[in-house]
Amino acid sequence: MTTQPSPAQNTSTAHQYTADTVENAAATPETEQPYAALGVKPDEYDRIREILGRRPTSSELAMYSVMWSEHCSYKSSKVHLKQFGEKAPEVDFLLVGPGENAGVVDVGGDLAVTFKIESHNHPSYVEPYQGAATGVGGIVRDILTMGARPIAVMDPLRFGAADAPDTHRVLPGVVRGIGGYGNSLGLPNIGGEVVFDPCYAGNPLVNALAVGVMKKSEIKLAQAHGPGNKVVLFGARTGGDGIGGASVLASATFDDGRPSKRPSVQVGDPFMEKVLIECCLEIFAEDLVVGIQDLGAAGLSCATTELAAAGMVSAGVGGMDVQLDLAPLRDATLVPEEILMSESQERMMAVVTPANVERFFELCEKWDVTATVIGTVTDTGRLRMTWHGATIVDVDPRTLAHQGPVYHRPYHRPDWQDGLQADTPDSLSRPKTGEELRETVLRLLASPNLADKRWVLEQYDHRVRGNTVLAHGEDSGMLRLDEESNLGIALATDGNGRYTKLDPYTGAQLALAEAYRNVAATGARPLAVTDCLNFGSPEDPEVMWQFAEATRGLADACLVLGTPVTGGNVSFYNQTQRSASSAGGPGSQAIHPTPIVGVLGVIDDVTRRIRLAFEQDGDILLLLGDTRDEFGGSEWAHVVHGHLGGLPPKVDLERERLLAEVLIAGSRDGMLSAAHDLSDGGLIQAIVESALRGGRGARVVLPETVLDQVNGDPFVALFSESAGRAIVAVPRSEELRFTDMCRFRGLPVARIGVVDGDAVEVQGHFSLPLDELRRAHTRTFPALFG
Amino acid sequence: MSARIGVVTFPGSQDDQDALRAVALVGAEPVALWHRDADLHQVDAVILPGGFSYGDYLRAGAIARFSPVMEAVITGAREGLPVLGICNGFQVLCESHLLPGALIRNGGLLFINRDERLRIESTTTAWTADYAVGQEILIPIKNGEGRFTADEHTLDELAAEGRIVARYLDNPNGSARDIAGIANAAGNVVGLMPHPEHAVEELTGPYPGPATDGLPFFTSILKQLVAA
Repeated sequence: MTTQPSPAQNTSTAHQYTADTVENAAATPETEQPYAALGVKPDEYDRIREILGRRPTSSELAMYSVMWSEHCSYKSSKVHLKQFGEKAPEVDFLLVGPGENAGVVDVGGDLAVTFKIESHNHPSYVEPYQGAATGVGGIVRDILTMGARPIAVMDPLRFGAADAPDTHRVLPGVVRGIGGYGNSLGLPNIGGEVVFDPCYAGNPLVNALAVGVMKKSEIKLAQAHGPGNKVVLFGARTGGDGIGGASVLASATFDDGRPSKRPSVQVGDPFMEKVLIECCLEIFAEDLVVGIQDLGAAGLSCATTELAAAGMVSAGVGGMDVQLDLAPLRDATLVPEEILMSESQERMMAVVTPANVERFFELCEKWDVTATVIGTVTDTGRLRMTWHGATIVDVDPRTLAHQGPVYHRPYHRPDWQDGLQADTPDSLSRPKTGEELRETVLRLLASPNLADKRWVLEQYDHRVRGNTVLAHGEDSGMLRLDEESNLGIALATDGNGRYTKLDPYTGAQLALAEAYRNVAATGARPLAVTDCLNFGSPEDPEVMWQFAEATRGLADACLVLGTPVTGGNVSFYNQTQRSASSAGGPGSQAIHPTPIVGVLGVIDDVTRRIRLAFEQDGDILLLLGDTRDEFGGSEWAHVVHGHLGGLPPKVDLERERLLAEVLIAGSRDGMLSAAHDLSDGGLIQAIVESALRGGRGARVVLPETVLDQVNGDPFVALFSESAGRAIVAVPRSEELRFTDMCRFRGLPVARIGVVDGDAVEVQGHFSLPLDELRRAHTRTFPALFG
Repeated sequence: MSARIGVVTFPGSQDDQDALRAVALVGAEPVALWHRDADLHQVDAVILPGGFSYGDYLRAGAIARFSPVMEAVITGAREGLPVLGICNGFQVLCESHLLPGALIRNGGLLFINRDERLRIESTTTAWTADYAVGQEILIPIKNGEGRFTADEHTLDELAAEGRIVARYLDNPNGSARDIAGIANAAGNVVGLMPHPEHAVEELTGPYPGPATDGLPFFTSILKQLVAA
């Protein structure tokens, strides 16, 4: 129910609690404060005292601890993330860049699209269902906050070994959480990844991407300006869940020997979020807010300080007074410090002119959303909070939101990097006979990373809203935005931790290249990037080197491809203790550096989309790009030999650009029946996937032009993971036109076979019936998790 | 004169936009109805869409049943108003006692989103006249609680009276007697666990198709209303 401000609220707390007031803090400078337990370093604490000219109150300390945490302040990553701005390509479609809740791009007409990816790794390990569920909820609120209707989600996931017992605790919970929350929001889940590697045991990666659409004129910003305007807290009541989650969960490793620092993971209520979304969209449609911010990590601390600080920066004057005791509580015993840190889900904060407050409350009442005026925008330059009349916070909000610590963490190339790169896969024994090649196809096809993921994907709703043109099982997800013009967008996420471990600079570029290629393979033009940078501890100079190299590589590649980074997220401290018996011996082990890159593309007419399925017998199969002997970090080396060493595939960004142009032109001019990018598992994996999806086989003849590139070794031609490649199927009538276009533009093209029959045959080597391929591909997940 | 077909939005409804689109695609006039509104705005038929009304808290459909709009729908249905409940809408119709039986947690306990083959068993309802008896169609399901159950007597009665509207060819969730949808005795009220509104366009329907097998649910009602 809607509540009007009432000072009588929360009185039960008032009788039991003596607030640490600003006055008291000034009078008791010697009071010992538990800053270390909150994750605040001694020098950071000293700086807080210096900023305030006194010791912080306990409420202020709570706020600084969460706002200056790694998660909220990006203090270790900031100096590297700057490159995404400094090296950003010049583009005319970027409407909002990094720094807001999510980036916004112009997709044509009067429409703008906002998208962003975030991590919820640590909560998802502690409590897989709620961790993953609230990960979806959080990123969706970021999109909503920009003024957009959320229209889809995607979830790139990484787990430990598929047969490890803990994976069987974590994966089913994460998948149910994503489905349980996302399905209940009415958001189609249109893509993502499920990848296993022992390095993620004890530290799964649960990244969540959301995308939304709005009219260009309706973009909202998180700013509180206009003294006298009201600050409204609306949505769910504040509870005790997730207190300190942002600072503690994301700022320190688990099992680190100190007393348990695991607070409860936030608990999500998707129904509340669904009505909050619809309520907000009606509020936006009537233009009732001056500024809006969601409550995510660091809850009320973050929302109040970011709104107030941004308002001061943009308007030159600002400030905010908040009556914290007016915040509706789920648990009346919460004290101000807890209320400020709580990460209770499904809450929003809006700045509303006094004239619009009544209408704002009417719409909240329509949707049964609780809304409360808890504060006022001022011109004092201060964020002040009171608790039953006593002042408990009095700070310059910019010192919390913008002026947090910046670390130039030391970094150096690991000693073991040379040895890792020298340990090439060249000496691994390779399949030679047709029978050995055949067995290798089946073995890779059934391996957890390449196997059919239907067991997971059937738990997600990809259809709701009725605009899903492509989803799981295709190279990218695609949505129709406009039913009249058929304007649409495509989205793909990719990342390869093994490649990035071998060479962080190249690995990050390969992640971008693959997502870019995937978007182009469906016929869409890649526009912009969001990234989720999952790394180990930034306090480890070797991890920091991986991070520095990966960000440099990604920024350089975005410049070449003309795709700016519009926003994203950094997740550090992805590591856990390893037992003495585990590989590498005891000690803290970082995950493979895993930058996940999401690429957004636009397509003028979604009816021109290209699927990866072979749909027409007689279509000609063409291989685009160059194939080299590249098995460093490959799926083959991983599955067959448990080997990781050497260098990842070379990346040629100009070639990626050219390939994308050819794929887009082929789609636009109606020349393509199918297209599929080549990546994990190489050429034969792509052919098999396209054959199974279309229910049509292929007769493949490896041509001299391809064999000449790989010393005549059919194994290399079939399994190499060289980048910058795709297969396409074209009708016979289009073959000449298409190959002429490739030759004219300088893209290598080779005819490798024809779509036909009910087997995948590589002439002279082996033949595999589709039934047998399908059995191998589909049995793995049900056997593991069913 | 075109027919006005209302689609109810409860808080937590998800597929209301899809149902409105399907109504418009066949040429009927879509009318959005709000759960708090007891007035049906002179619609000629009502669709209760899929989703999680009121969060499906307590029990799927259990709270929606008591909403003001449902009082009007229940009264109308008893007087012959055509009503189609899809997924959560089917659950609401059972909770409202407009249809017998109940939908319980799927046999495999998981949410399932999959294209299912169905066989049309009855074409005498307001919503299935454009199909042929025995026709096999492809329609998506997506639910966690879609397993139809009823006592043996009721199941026998449904079969004997030709009130089983559609059956699964590959029962995905343990539904009694493979039942995917049923009708009331008069045939104006139909409950269906699969989602015909997700199979109305080549662009977005099941892949590989057929992609538009859901359309006849909407053309059937339109023809009946226009003829009336």
